[in-house]
Amino acid sequence: MADATSKSYFWKGFRDGTPFIFVAIPFGTLFGVFATEAGLGIVQVVAFSATVFAGAAQFTALQLLQENAPTAIVLASALAVNLRVAMYSASLTPFLGAAPMWQRACAAYLTVDQSYACSIVQFEKEPKMTVPQRMAYFIGSVTPITPCWILATYLGAVLGTRIPESWALDFALPITFLAMLGPMMRTLPHVIAALVALVVSLLAVSVPFNLGLLIAGTAGMIAGAQAEVILVRRKAHA
Amino acid sequence: MTQIDPTTMWTVIIGLAIGSFALRFVFIGFVGDRPMPPWLLRHLRYTAVAILPALIAPLVVWPSATEGQPDAARMAAAAVTLSVGVFTKNVLAAIFSGAATLYGLLYLLA
Repeated sequence: MADATSKSYFWKGFRDGTPFIFVAIPFGTLFGVFATEAGLGIVQVVAFSATVFAGAAQFTALQLLQENAPTAIVLASALAVNLRVAMYSASLTPFLGAAPMWQRACAAYLTVDQSYACSIVQFEKEPKMTVPQRMAYFIGSVTPITPCWILATYLGAVLGTRIPESWALDFALPITFLAMLGPMMRTLPHVIAALVALVVSLLAVSVPFNLGLLIAGTAGMIAGAQAEVILVRRKAHA
Repeated sequence: MTQIDPTTMWTVIIGLAIGSFALRFVFIGFVGDRPMPPWLLRHLRYTAVAILPALIAPLVVWPSATEGQPDAARMAAAAVTLSVGVFTKNVLAAIFSGAATLYGLLYLLA
């Protein structure tokens, strides 16, 4: 990874990843505030962000813990929210799979929405990049946001308890997630998956152990996958 | 809000840390260059887009802050956030317009 071209790819990744700090900082702060409101100590909040490194899953876990869901359900639901990083891992494998094991382990820890989004665009645009160059770019793209994410969480945790109830922070989570949902509505199957999950979640709200979330999520995934199959088939006929 | 006990909290933090790493490592670490079945990839594509609405919908319709009573300000804020997000594809613009709607209506309706 030490040769000159890898170095320049690291900095290219760094530049491409930098705008995402404007998402990571507010989102991290919000998590810190939300977690502190839920009664977590600063050490817990920072350990949470630094080791799990997945905002949406962290919010989900906290929300369910506050609703007194059983621990197994909390873990299963939060990991389900995080299943998309497995998809990122799968999609990056053809590009980075040949790197040494320790580098792949580091890359795994750093696989987040932002590093994936930057890297997959770059790797497809320049198919001739070598594996070390790709790894340098990938690490570069996530370097600006990792410290910002952890620091912002810490700041949020420090601020947290000083925020009055009239600020309606209970609604910070729905607003943040709804905002993230907009850009995900790329195709008709994505919209169908979201709508089916929404309707099922409202119908299944009284299912015990908060299993409604997993049932609704699974229903949405199946609906999206089926819609995709039907659309592709229809296109082939047309 | 109920207090979360520290043992449960640490169990969840450590469990999620290990679980999230496993999810990220499973393909890049173990699968290597072998191809994966298309049906699996097809379902994985829709996980985030299905789980997020399923998590939020009940919180929007029956907010905990109003003891489960549907609330006009929160419903309107949710609708504005989603619409701005869908049309602008800009996450921050959606968050700010949603928050502005929420505070505006909470102030007007109070």
